[in-house]
Amino acid sequence: MADTIENKGYVDPRPPVIGSGHTFESLTAKIADVVFMRRFQKGWIFGFGIAFLLALALFNTIAYLVLKGVGIWGNSVPVGWAFDIINFVWWIGIGHAGTLISAILLLLRQSWRNSINRFAEAMTLFAVACAGLFPALHTGRPWVDYWLFPYPNTMGMWPNFRSPLMWDVFAVSTYATVSALFWFIGLIPDFGTMRDTAKHPWQRAIFGILSMGWRGDARHWHRYESAYLLLAGLSTPLVLSVHSIVSFDFAVGIIPGWHATIFPPYFVAGAVYAGFAMVLTIGLPVRKFYHLEDFITLRHIRNMCKVMLATGLIVGYGYLMELFFAWYSGNTYEQFMMKNRMFGPYGYMYWLLILCNILVPQLLWIKKYRDNLLVVFVVSMFINVGMWLERFVIIVMSLHRDFLPSSWRMYTPTVFDFSMFFGTIGFFLTLMFLFLRFVPIIPIFEMKVMLPQAKVRSDDKSQAAEGDKGTLGGAVPQFGD
Amino acid sequence: MNRQEEHSIYGVMARFDTPTDVVRAARDANAAGYRQVNAYSPFPIEELSEAIGFHRDHVSKTVLLGGLLGAAGGFALQYFTSVIDYPINVGGRPLLSLPSFVPIIFESGILLAAFGAVLGMILMNGLPRPYHPVFNVPSFKRASRDAFFICIKASDPKFDPARTRDFLAGLGAKEVTDVEA
Repeated sequence: MADTIENKGYVDPRPPVIGSGHTFESLTAKIADVVFMRRFQKGWIFGFGIAFLLALALFNTIAYLVLKGVGIWGNSVPVGWAFDIINFVWWIGIGHAGTLISAILLLLRQSWRNSINRFAEAMTLFAVACAGLFPALHTGRPWVDYWLFPYPNTMGMWPNFRSPLMWDVFAVSTYATVSALFWFIGLIPDFGTMRDTAKHPWQRAIFGILSMGWRGDARHWHRYESAYLLLAGLSTPLVLSVHSIVSFDFAVGIIPGWHATIFPPYFVAGAVYAGFAMVLTIGLPVRKFYHLEDFITLRHIRNMCKVMLATGLIVGYGYLMELFFAWYSGNTYEQFMMKNRMFGPYGYMYWLLILCNILVPQLLWIKKYRDNLLVVFVVSMFINVGMWLERFVIIVMSLHRDFLPSSWRMYTPTVFDFSMFFGTIGFFLTLMFLFLRFVPIIPIFEMKVMLPQAKVRSDDKSQAAEGDKGTLGGAVPQFGD
Repeated sequence: MNRQEEHSIYGVMARFDTPTDVVRAARDANAAGYRQVNAYSPFPIEELSEAIGFHRDHVSKTVLLGGLLGAAGGFALQYFTSVIDYPINVGGRPLLSLPSFVPIIFESGILLAAFGAVLGMILMNGLPRPYHPVFNVPSFKRASRDAFFICIKASDPKFDPARTRDFLAGLGAKEVTDVEA
């Protein structure tokens, strides 16, 4: 797979993974320059300003929430979980694409992940940060949130480890920590590059500390590649388990619409779906404004569209199965739940969901549309909205009408539900803007590895060894992907 | 007597411009009997670490250790709290409810395994290490950009300043410099 394509004179019809004509030096300069330029660009200031205003709305809402209590939201019996948990699951789902790109595509030796993995992983970190706000703040007394953690206490009590809510605590904490580690490890060599490129002593000092003295020693690279590959191998089951555990928040419950064994795979596929949509939502503008067309090529965009299409179909299968379960089970409550979803008072949300998640993304079957960046951007926005609606349908619609009609109530969100949600979007974007300005967006060393001049041309017997072994960490590009 | 004390330099460094050149040079240095050789590159080159004779790394061991410790710890935590210290009898169900313990065992295993990978790699690399003699060479800045280096340490038994310099120059190096300790 690795070496025959060039030799046979076969011309790969797909767009390249990296634009041609780059040297090690030009690559480094193009990516590092964004960080080192002196002035802030007007576009960045404008975007950052809006994002920060929304983030301020978030902080205000949080202050009011802690002061007054969860009553400022629309949550009320029977809909005890609403926007808070919808947003939590939405954000965590978005985070999963970053890990998938960083870890799973690495293990699958897809070298096209090399350029997008850093900002996708940054997106994961910021998404998990936003997600974590919700479980922390939706508790009635957030100041005793530390009770969630098992510590020896004067009450003689321990948390209930048999509950998915506790599993969430461990899963999400682990996910945040491992993602942060993975992201930081990926940055160490680039911090070394920044340290050596920096002109001002204070820049050199900061990047020097962050790079920990990295010098590109071959032995260090060897261990580095091992650690990176192992972390990827750990992150893969992690990402699958975290969203499965999040889905257990519902699946382990007993109400119709929640108690379904399909939830773990269905949620994980949905998370990848939502996450790739967000990667495109953020990635397409970043690519345009920072002129990264050589590094995020049409190949990347096409591949991401295909992943979205595939996971969208899995999600569609999940919807179909829910319909089937309701009918096949013969269970009155399941059947009512399904009828209520489609024709009840919130029925419009369900059909909006079908439009956004199932119908609109089918445009991606058409190659012309996969190559049209505006279409891809709009479709990804539809998917972002659709995935939020899916959680609304699952959470609110199942809660507001369950077994006992006398307990049925309608749910109305308040202005604080919205301000918190849009506030977290602002917070996320604020962090993204800071990342874009101060950290190399694209992994410099991983891009260098993909240049043709990075290959070691062996004239003698060692050629045989090169093809199969040299893929640690995607270090040697596999042209067969 | 310490060979490094004999020579007041850390070693001799040679710069190359392509991965092919540096790998060939490393192989030649190894063939010539030098064993204390370091190589530097802006990105990982598998053939390079092999050429200087480095084959096995132990990061996988720290990961395994971390994973086992984490999983055992997660199990021990849940066992102690749910079976011994704070047992809750719910309909006579077993206190050692293993299926419900699995998610946390799994997650804590992964967490400590990840720490094992990161800490293992960083510490085994001898990092953080802000100062290293090679940073004294002005052109070494390019090691993180577009140049490749071989450094033969003065502590190598076959090291001799003049001869080693000539040897490196003979390998086609673009630049040969002494590295101050």
